Amino acid sequence: MPIDKIWVLAERADGGPSSTTLELLTQARSMGTTVEAVAWGPATSELAGTLGDYGASTVYDVGDIGDALPGVPVAAAAASLIKSGNAPDVFLIPASFDGRDIAGRLSARLDTPVLTNVVGLAVEGDGVLSQHANFGGMQMATARFTGGRPWLFVVRAKTFAAEPAGSGPAQVQAASVPSDLGVLNTAKVLERHVEERTGPKLDEADIVVAGGRGMGSAEDFAMVEELAKLLNGAVGATRAIVDAGWVPFSYQVGQTGKTVKPALYIACGISGATQHLVGMKDAKSIVAVNKDENAPIFSVSDLGVVGDVHQVLPKLIEALKARG
Amino acid sequence: MNVAVCVKQIPDPAAPGSLDPSTHNLVRQGKLILDDSDSYGVEMALQLAEQAGGGEVTLVSMAPAGETSGLRTALAMGAAKAILVSDDALAGSDALSTAKVLAKAIERAQPDLVLAATESTDGYTGTMPVQLAELLGMPSITFAKKVSISDGAVRVERQTEAGYDDVQCPLPAVVTVTAGVVEPRYPSFKGIMAAKSKPLEQLTVSDLGLTSDVVGATGARQEVTEVTAAADRQAGEKVVDEGDAHENIVRFIEQLKLV
Repeated sequence: MPIDKIWVLAERADGGPSSTTLELLTQARSMGTTVEAVAWGPATSELAGTLGDYGASTVYDVGDIGDALPGVPVAAAAASLIKSGNAPDVFLIPASFDGRDIAGRLSARLDTPVLTNVVGLAVEGDGVLSQHANFGGMQMATARFTGGRPWLFVVRAKTFAAEPAGSGPAQVQAASVPSDLGVLNTAKVLERHVEERTGPKLDEADIVVAGGRGMGSAEDFAMVEELAKLLNGAVGATRAIVDAGWVPFSYQVGQTGKTVKPALYIACGISGATQHLVGMKDAKSIVAVNKDENAPIFSVSDLGVVGDVHQVLPKLIEALKARG
Repeated sequence: MNVAVCVKQIPDPAAPGSLDPSTHNLVRQGKLILDDSDSYGVEMALQLAEQAGGGEVTLVSMAPAGETSGLRTALAMGAAKAILVSDDALAGSDALSTAKVLAKAIERAQPDLVLAATESTDGYTGTMPVQLAELLGMPSITFAKKVSISDGAVRVERQTEAGYDDVQCPLPAVVTVTAGVVEPRYPSFKGIMAAKSKPLEQLTVSDLGLTSDVVGATGARQEVTEVTAAADRQAGEKVVDEGDAHENIVRFIEQLKLV
């Protein structure tokens, strides 16, 4: 049976569909003949124009879930649609906080497996081949489902490029949350906290300057921030720095954090653990400064400077300032 | 306050594993160790039990060949006991099959709270704990960077794209913790000695009332068709800083015409 209908889980960012949602819709168009979206939240009809423009003919509107965490209600609503005979062949889900929750809940509810950390998708005959980066991206595995559909894929951001199709708005169809969820649907958001950042967004910036443990202290990490500001870039950090509490989690680049593909990535005092490499090794150009000449980061760097960040960065900052 | 903690015993990440080119299963060579990501859940569980003024921390793990070295590390940190599911039929299990196995094991412990890492270091699918919650019929809160318990509810600071949310749900529940949520203690010598005699129950798939077709490679209903080395990024120029290496960086940036 050929691949026909593809669903995309539509997440929001800044009031519209998230960039990953648009990437997945674009990819879905090349995989199947019918592309549909599943969305939740208030006023989903406002998303219908953009979702349609990127190829969705229908958007299933789970509706306003209030202060509930999305995992349970959205997965349950999608599972009801699927069980009522409206199943897609493939369901593409963004690899985000809520996306992973929804995928996990849906997988268990339907008793169907899920493939995660997808970094490539291709239809082959009546199957779908997915690509997965293992061990920091040093090894690529190709996988496929052997059981029944729908096939659930959780796809990493920036795996595909988003291109509008120029089609009309998607039709909005209501998809209700089952009323019998009971205790499952009791996780509630009490308050939302937004951590302000200045400058370009980490996952959209042309230049990312990131720091790791080699920066030594939170005070010296300020050099990374200053360099980023001079270059009009975004600040990134390794997991160790985030765990140490120097910067918020939203700065984290890597397996658990963000995937970035900037034109230039400057790694300061970063050794290049696999957890970090998987999030940045596809940058167009990589410059690394590290004391340890054997640091793995140098194996992916276009320019590697073996040196102390405390010596090199102040001079670099001065030189860039002098350049004006 | 009884807490069950899912722990994974993995090959030492310092000696990275690989996928077997013929079976495509994860190759686990040498001794397995406690996944560093899980040490945070173990520490969190110990602290929550202490704060509640009592209760036990039970470790739940699935590993090949009766592997216990990682579990002993967590027992040495202070967990009371461990349940290990080990069975040849589990080879090739995916996240959902793993969740089915751990759910059955956790039901035996009847915990008030189940903790897990947001994802393992080696497989990092990041879906197992939520699948587990669904199978256990429990609510779940993922990506916790702070956890507290009061009045039969768990309250969590949950990471989001924009910052974090305060989220609450009643117990029993599944919570996944991020690295850095607490500082894991090092096992003391006394702890290491005590761990040797702590109860460690070893179970098979049939002990849990599961049939072997829902787990392992059959239950996974997916296959790895090919494993290749990723296209190597060519390492470029490498210079040793003699006091002027910053000039190389300036030239490099200028040549990209980004500034």
